Formats: sequence, structure tokens, C-alpha cells
Amino acid sequence: MKTASKIYTGLVMLFLFAPIAILLVFSFNDSKSLSVFSEFSLHWYRELFRDSETLGAVRNTLVLAVCAALLSTAMGTAAAVGIHKLKSRYMRAVMDTVTNIPMINPDIITGISLMLMFVFVGRLFGAATSLNFATMLIAHITFCLPYVILQVLPKLQQMDKALPEAAMDLGCTPMRAFLKVEVPEIMPGIVTGLIMAFTLSLDDFVISYFTSGNGFQTLPIRIYNMTKKTVTPKMYALATIIFFVILFLLLLSNLTDADTVQAVRTAREKKKAKNKA
Amino acid sequence: MKKTLSVLLCAVMLLSLCVLSGCGSSKTLTLNVYNWGEYISDGSEGSLDTIKAFEEWYAATYGQKLKVNYTTYASNEDMYAKLASGAVSYDVIIPSDYMIARLAKENMLLPLDFSNIPNYQYIDESFRGLSYDPQDLYTVPYTYGVVGVIYNANVVDEADAGGWELMWNEKYKGEIVQFNNSRDAFATAMYKLGIDVNTTDRAEWERALAELKTQAPLVKSYVMDEIYNMMESGEAAIGAYYAGDYFTMLDAQADGVDLRFYYPERTNYFVDAMCIPSCCQHKELAEIFINYMLSEEPAIANAEYIYYASPNSLVYENEEYREELGEEAVAILYPDIEDFSKLYNSYAYQNLDPETLGFVNTLWESLKIT
Repeated sequence: MKTASKIYTGLVMLFLFAPIAILLVFSFNDSKSLSVFSEFSLHWYRELFRDSETLGAVRNTLVLAVCAALLSTAMGTAAAVGIHKLKSRYMRAVMDTVTNIPMINPDIITGISLMLMFVFVGRLFGAATSLNFATMLIAHITFCLPYVILQVLPKLQQMDKALPEAAMDLGCTPMRAFLKVEVPEIMPGIVTGLIMAFTLSLDDFVISYFTSGNGFQTLPIRIYNMTKKTVTPKMYALATIIFFVILFLLLLSNLTDADTVQAVRTAREKKKAKNKA
Repeated sequence: MKKTLSVLLCAVMLLSLCVLSGCGSSKTLTLNVYNWGEYISDGSEGSLDTIKAFEEWYAATYGQKLKVNYTTYASNEDMYAKLASGAVSYDVIIPSDYMIARLAKENMLLPLDFSNIPNYQYIDESFRGLSYDPQDLYTVPYTYGVVGVIYNANVVDEADAGGWELMWNEKYKGEIVQFNNSRDAFATAMYKLGIDVNTTDRAEWERALAELKTQAPLVKSYVMDEIYNMMESGEAAIGAYYAGDYFTMLDAQADGVDLRFYYPERTNYFVDAMCIPSCCQHKELAEIFINYMLSEEPAIANAEYIYYASPNSLVYENEEYREELGEEAVAILYPDIEDFSKLYNSYAYQNLDPETLGFVNTLWESLKIT
């Protein structure tokens, strides 16, 4: 039984990580081949850093993801606070449903409908082109928003309602009570929402595909467009770099998480010890 | 407090709407170029970065800064969808022949002013009057190519090579790959049987289908891009593809694989050409760009990067370029250039009418099901 479960775990790991491992190995291949590993070299990494179009696409993708994540987090947090304060249960159900629509809608429908709307509005204003960075940003905020709300709302519900009330009793203005008491309480939700929005925006293809305009192309679209000829191993090099950067960030965030959890625990234990004494 | 905040938010929203619709469009010169992915020399492997070179050349010649917005697409159909959405504006596009015919028919192309494109003189006479643009109004050819048969000489007997028959040879059962799109797959059968690939006669299409059905048991799989890996690794031994792509495979072939290439008697030709779509905003600038692409240095750099044949005499008559390619590659890439327009107009695909196209697709599905 135990060996079976070990084999099962091993297989799962294999299927999860074998593709990444192959990509990693062949990014160091000297030739273009995907079947023969001829010689170890950093050739494709050098090529990657010489390719200004691809680096431009990477920059575009990052700028878009950072902007979309920050804006959607700010808007989503505000929306979550608003929904939480709603008194009528009926209204709350309506708001929940409405915010969830972009999340359950298939990407392709969101993409096409956003594109149609941008074109329609653009025509209304008589502009020759209606798709650009701003439209892509709006599209990305649209699909990130529900995820942020979904992360922040439960934290608000978990929070003790008496906390901000107590702060206001002690002389805080409502704004100050919100910033000093509520925000720190729901911070983990906000941070998770931010990270989720960032990653969602980073690897979105379908919606970006429909809403991208003349001058602004993101990395997923650029890679997709290489399929007339074969995708060059430069892209394996790029994927490897992105993989390690994300791995590093993940480790960092997990480590800091573990640190805070540990810190909270020791503080609690100290308190207990004090109380006993 | 609440009211002022919501009024403020509304104002921000409206303002962004204004920005989005282009109220604040900037005054710097920009040229929007829309091309296939990996279809221009981009500075890798020590080659010329054509786009950057054009920007520098323009600034030096006209004393004005110019930014090229270069974006890419994966297929003619993707490009068409973007263009037809009306949401974008491109100044130069480089579609394939059949798509050019369709765009011209739908009034989506602007006639070129050839006085702005003096380098057009270097395009060989045999590339004029091609069926997709019979009066040479809209297009300047960029690349062209010919479909041929690729085979692994370690598996295939030299004596069997030579015609389309190789793809129907029972000796090589399970070694053959066929195109996974209706037009290309049917064409192989039609060239083999000597049928006109642009026929509207349904009986002829049915004959081609019967031929494909006899081939089906021999076929390993129906592929498009996957052909690169299958041929390079030796997984498959026979397949048809473009001459330029054969060299890509040759570059990456595994040990024990010996890829060779030949042209059957009747085959398909394609041309990708530069055009100016009707949504263009800087027509003269676009023509200057096209003209620059035809000048010697960028044209050679592009031809070396893309590895497709160039219709530009500055390229194929250039000694250094021919040397760089090698004799064998030149012979394969540039066959029978004198008769190109005649061969092209009799064998290349033309846009089929929707009814025939629909009929062909039903036949194709019936092949794929069985």
C-alpha cells in the first residue's frame, strides 16, 4: 500500500514537472533541435537578450500586469468594503452575482464582448483606432476584479465588527478607523488578491488577443504568433528564466509567511506564559 | 463626502474613456506594420535589425523621428479578423496571395503609388500579373515559395523519389505524413492526378477524395507544424512542405536522418506580398517603408533570416548571398524563375467560391472520419 502511494506521488510529480524539465534542458542546447541534445551552451540566452522585439513584449506584459494588479486591487478592495456594508441581504446577493459574472463567463466571450464595446465606443467618438494600451488595461482590470473581491470579502466577514466601532469610540474618524484598524485586519486578503490579479494578468492570452491594438503586444500573443515557422529555442530560454523568477518569488513569499506565522505563535506563547505567571 | 467621492470617480471614468477613444493622440510619427511572426530579420545571430535600421535611416534622410510599431500575427485569418474588426489601423501588412485576392475584392486595400516605390524595378518581370493582383495595383512581392516533397534518404529508396507517387507508395506504410488542412491535402492528390486545383467541378474533387482515401491507410498522421519535429527526429520519413522550411528541418535533423528534397512536376506556389490596407493613416510613409524593404541590405538580411526565396533581383543576383546559401540551397530555393508567372497562374491556389469551398470541406470531413 505504501509503495503504491509512493509510486502514485512519483507519477504525479513526473507529469507535473517533466515538461518544465525538458524545456529547461533544451534551453541550454546548442542546436535548434528538440530531439537531439548536441552540446551545452548559453547560445539561446545570448540570442534572447539581443531580441529587442521579444524583450519589448516582456516589458509590455510586466507593465500591464503591474498596472492591472494595482488598480484592480484598489478597486476590488473598495468594492468589497462596500458590499460588506450593504444592509439589505437582497442587494448583497445581487452584487455578489454581478461581480461574479466576469469570472464564470468564458474568456472568449469576455474578450469578444469587450472588443465590440471598445470598437463601438471608439466609433462613437470618431476615433480611427480604438484598441490600445488603455483598452487592454481596462479588459485586464475587468477580469481581475472579481478575484480580488473574492479574496477580500471573507476577510471582512471574519473581522470582528466591534473593532472599527471601538476605534471610532476612542476618537478615530471613520477614515482613520478604516485605514488603521480595518485595512491591517484584511491585509492578507488584499495581498493574495494582488498576487492573483498579477498572475492572472501575466498569463492571460484569450482576452488580450481580442483587445490588443496596433502597438502593444504581450508575450503570450507574440509566442503564439511564432507558429508560422517553428518557435525558436529563445523562447525556452525565456520560459526558463520566468520559471525561476516565479519560483524565487514563491519561495520568498512562503518563507515570509512562515516567518510571520512563527512570530505570531511565539508572541502568543509569551503572552500565555506571562498570564500564567 | 460620499457624494463628492462618487462624482470624482465618475469624472475619472469619463476621462479615461476619452483617453481610450484617442482624444489625446500624440503628434509623433508612427508607422504600424503588421507581419507574420518570425518573418523579418530581427538582429539575432548577428543579422541586421531591419526595423531599427529603417528608423535610423528615416531619421537621417528626412530629419524627423519615426517609430515603427511592429506587431505580428499567426495566420492570414487572424490578420483578416483584426483588420475587419475596424478597431485597428495598420499602414503595411504582408498577407499571402489568396488573402490578398479576398482583401482586394472587399475593397480593403489601397492602390499603391509606384512613384514612391522606385525599387519596385528590382522585382523580376515574372512576378508581375499574378492571379491575385492581375493589374499589379496593390502589391509588392516580399517572399515566395514552392511546395516540394521531403524524404529521409536512409529510409526511402532513391529510385522511388521523384513524383507525388512517393506519398502513395505502399512500401512506406506508416512513414508518410500528409497536410492537416483540406486545401493542401487535396492539392497533393490533384497534382498527382493532373486535376486543376481551382476547379469547380465536383466530380473532380470527388476523384481527389478517392485518391486520398486510398492513401489514408499508409498515412502516419495528418500534421501541420508538427511536421518539423517528426521529420527532424526521423519519426516520419516522407512529407510535403515548403522549400524554405526544408532547410529549417535540415538544420536540426537528428543523427541517422538524412533529409532530401525534390519538386514534383506540378506543385503549389505561394507569394506573400506587402500591401497597404484601407485603414492606413500614413500612406506615403508606408510606401517609403515598402521601398526601403526592397533596397539591397534589408532585402538580403530578410531573405537570409526567413530562408524563403526572394523575388528581388538585388537579392538573388547578389554573389555574397548565393555563396552564403551554397549552391545546393540556391538550386532548391530558386527553381525556374523565368516562368514563374505562368507556373503560378496555372497551378497556384486561387480563392474558391464559397459553395465549392463548403463542398470541399464536407469531403475533407468525410475523409477524416473514416
